[in-house]
Amino acid sequence: MNARYTEFHPRWHRPRMPVFWWAGRRSYLIFVIRELSSVFVAWSVVFLLLLVHAVSQGGTQYQQFLNLSSNPWMLALNVIALAFLVFHAITWFNLAPQAMVVHLRGRRVPRSAITGAHYAGWALLSALAAWLILG
Amino acid sequence: MADQIILQVTRYRPEREPEPTTQEYEIPLHEEWAVLDGLNHVKDHLDGTLSYRWSCRMGICGSCGMTVNGDPRLTCATFLTDYRPGPIRIEPLRNFPVIRDLVVEIGDFMRKLPKVKPWLIRAEDAAATDGELLQTPADLDEYKQYSMCINCMLCYSACPIVGLEEGFLGPAAIALAQRYNLDSRDQGAHERMDVLSTADGVWGCTFVGECTTACPKDVDPAGAIQRYKLTAAAESLRSFLLPWRPA
Repeated sequence: MNARYTEFHPRWHRPRMPVFWWAGRRSYLIFVIRELSSVFVAWSVVFLLLLVHAVSQGGTQYQQFLNLSSNPWMLALNVIALAFLVFHAITWFNLAPQAMVVHLRGRRVPRSAITGAHYAGWALLSALAAWLILG
Repeated sequence: MADQIILQVTRYRPEREPEPTTQEYEIPLHEEWAVLDGLNHVKDHLDGTLSYRWSCRMGICGSCGMTVNGDPRLTCATFLTDYRPGPIRIEPLRNFPVIRDLVVEIGDFMRKLPKVKPWLIRAEDAAATDGELLQTPADLDEYKQYSMCINCMLCYSACPIVGLEEGFLGPAAIALAQRYNLDSRDQGAHERMDVLSTADGVWGCTFVGECTTACPKDVDPAGAIQRYKLTAAAESLRSFLLPWRPA
């Protein structure tokens, strides 16, 4: 008999979570990418604040900011950030109906309506932003 | 002669091996056999030393949860033919210590569950002569989904947070807390909040969502947790803005 085992103190096997536990399953991988995308959401906020700051400082500062933004590295970073932002938004919108239980006139609003409302809000705000910037 | 299928079953015999091993059994493949029937065939005809839990064979008792081809499943509700031509890999539930073969130690869940006080709490005990506490069908619909939980622990096996954070209350315990919080007869939501609105409670959940995918009873524990996050956040805001308001 194994010395580390007695009948009265069974030695339980305690499997450890592997470091790459998230790599072996699609849903875990999507979850980890969604969490990672938060870093790019934060970067987008910082970038926006830098823009606002540059605008408030006048023409020279604003031109410097534009030069920085047109740097190929900065462009590449922002294209990647945009991809993660879209991924972040879509995965959260698809999860929203699970968290939001809304009742209207005594009946539960269907999941598709809640997801649809999120996408509609997104489209509306994007259109408003486009109109403000391009119009 | 019936078709055959191979079961690759995890064996763990602590009295003679330090690590789990895999043993293969070839069993008949019948249309009507669930994975549990296959294991029973092994136990009765091929190898009586195989250990696993089961009881009702009809998705009620929640005893026969195992990891089938990587997914947490009730083996009584998982059919062999869906895995044709095989082999089928059968392992113990993940995120629990293994006692022997496919039998896991569930003390962790059993200690966490009563922390959320999953029973009806009343401010004052009423006498039986005061009559029943009546509910409408709409009141019942508010919590019925969460009351379907059979404590099978598949959601604990599916949740990576349970595996990574030892103290996390876990999906089923929180869903069962919501089952009582949303019951019109219950008055204990405030008591439960002290346990639920903590880092080991709902805020430990990062919304992987696999608990809901794994649940064989459509309880949707992930939904229950996210709903409670909204409730807890609204309550914190309210107590911050209106500190004089009674709890």
